[in-house]
Amino acid sequence: MYTTELGKVSPLQDGAQEDPERLAAFETRVAADEFVEPKDWMPQAYRRTLVRQISQHAHSEIVGMLPEGNWLTRAPSLQRKAILLAKIQDEGGHGLYLYCAAETLGTSREEMIDALHSGRAKYSTIFNYPTLNWADIGAIGWLVDGAAIMNQVPLQRTSYGPYARAMVRICKEESFHQRQGYDLLLALAKGTAAQKAMSQDALNRWWWPALMMFGPPDEDSPNSAQSIRWRIKRETNDQLRQKFVDATVPQAELLGLTIPDPDLNWNEQRGHYDFGAIEWDEFYAVVRGEGPTAKERITARRDAWANGAWVREAAAAFEAKRAARVAA
Amino acid sequence: MEYSLFRALTQLGDDSLILGQRLCEWCGHGPTIEVDLGLSNLALDLIGQATMLLDYAGELEGGGRDADALAFHRNAEQFANCLLAEQPNGDFARTVVRHLLFATYASALYEALTASPDARLAEIAAKAVKELRYHADFAADWAERLGDGTEESRARMAEALDWHWRFVNDLFHDDRDWAACAARGLVPLRQSLRYGFERDVSAILERAGLALPRKVWPIVGGRSGQHSEHLSVLLATMQVLPRAHPEAVW
Amino acid sequence: MYDWPLWEVFIRARGGLDHRHAGSVHAPDAHMALRHARDTYTRRLEGVSIWVVRSSDIVASDPAQDYSMFEPAASKIYRHPTFYVLPEAVDHM
Repeated sequence: MYTTELGKVSPLQDGAQEDPERLAAFETRVAADEFVEPKDWMPQAYRRTLVRQISQHAHSEIVGMLPEGNWLTRAPSLQRKAILLAKIQDEGGHGLYLYCAAETLGTSREEMIDALHSGRAKYSTIFNYPTLNWADIGAIGWLVDGAAIMNQVPLQRTSYGPYARAMVRICKEESFHQRQGYDLLLALAKGTAAQKAMSQDALNRWWWPALMMFGPPDEDSPNSAQSIRWRIKRETNDQLRQKFVDATVPQAELLGLTIPDPDLNWNEQRGHYDFGAIEWDEFYAVVRGEGPTAKERITARRDAWANGAWVREAAAAFEAKRAARVAA
Repeated sequence: MEYSLFRALTQLGDDSLILGQRLCEWCGHGPTIEVDLGLSNLALDLIGQATMLLDYAGELEGGGRDADALAFHRNAEQFANCLLAEQPNGDFARTVVRHLLFATYASALYEALTASPDARLAEIAAKAVKELRYHADFAADWAERLGDGTEESRARMAEALDWHWRFVNDLFHDDRDWAACAARGLVPLRQSLRYGFERDVSAILERAGLALPRKVWPIVGGRSGQHSEHLSVLLATMQVLPRAHPEAVW
Repeated sequence: MYDWPLWEVFIRARGGLDHRHAGSVHAPDAHMALRHARDTYTRRLEGVSIWVVRSSDIVASDPAQDYSMFEPAASKIYRHPTFYVLPEAVDHM
């Protein structure tokens, strides 16, 4: 049951010592791949990490509607328009599933949205890059959704039940997202010189940000070990990144596109592609909200929520009047 | 001979296309995410209807144009949608009122079209009428909640009704081509649906504590390509890629 | 800023099956909760019937009481058909 008792604060405050016996029992359960459900006892740090991770994921889905929405009114055929709208709508739905999962941990959606709008909560840095031509929509599906799927598939077995169930639903629905992106780029690959140039331009701009989506290198990811032990994460950032590169390079070849990395090479010995160094300074700048369109993205979300306030209040007032009439 | 039916189909198809395009502008900006998803569902229905209607129109015309050619390679004066459909979204109240007026009209119209002797049109109408009834209910639910919600929402709804009501005459205008199809029994005269429309809309508004606006000077023109200032701007956005790359396939 | 209350959503995938918990939605009232549930959870023909209930109206058992709530059932092994060892000739019973 996803039911949450919002506002009920656990008696154990941050910084307090966890009961070692309960903690040990919890660790044993999780290590045995058992699921943790909303009303079960859990360490505060586990709860906090999950709220942060799930809400970031939810925010990413919602903010992620914007760069693609930028081309919705300019989609070049009715079918592409319908496909793109259905895809963006799915992302909104996925944001909802994830907010629901996070709410079971005792944090309300209002609080999470407020944290996003005030800049306290983060979302995936990838959505702070602009969509400059139509091929960007293909590149987002192929690379960004492709990278997201690699992250998400293992999370279907994450230890927190509501999160795992949301991920099962999301992975099932997202299977068309990457394919539609690739299909869009295939059409451009068969097209005019201008269309091919659009694709290459999009790949040039999205390749590195896509690799950054897996997060900092393992040696700079201090919480990874704990998250993996808690089954909140199931593979390391670098493992997933390598898997993504290995899967994507042949797909780019099939599209006749060149990956913008002179150091990219098949390493026979490792059985993997070697690839160039990632500019982590750029990544951290974008995380800090200094990406090219970060201000536009967050402003659009704040405006949507603020402009909708009167609608939410009106519907609540209508229901309050109805309830009062019934009670009278 | 089929020219009048071609024109009638573009009127229907363009209504769905242009209103669907407007709703696309809401995506990512709705008052809550749940409402955002709801508006996207309406837009998806409308884009689907437009595709079926304009494909059929193109086939009747026999010049090799399909729905995409009609959607992306006509100029504003060649579009035959009603003026209401092209009006900007405004605030959520204006979007709700626009949709209430359009979907109440369209659900009655498509209900009648399911009985058209033109089998293809009847088949399209059978699918569309289910969608449009849902649209009309969706808009009526919101009209009721906003009309009878807070002072602010009531004022916004009254303003939105006043804003859009001037386009209702155009919505029901039977131009020469439509009248020709009606004379052949292929479609109903729009005027014949007007009484039921006003009755249904007044009933919804009454529940919402709102009133039908007074009679206004009838503006018409959408069906014959005389649009408001907004349509060519909408088309400039919508058509930019196919116009810039006329030989491209997407 | 104000958000609507939370509703739990249950969906019957097709006739003959139970309603199953799908997730939750925020909505101002029951009618809109149904609409939101339809738009959120049945975009791919996932359902033929939807139930919604206010999350705050659900009463849930306390996992801390698991041992008294559920464990007593564990010892009643005679409720299961496999408890009874019958001669092979009648063991399909």
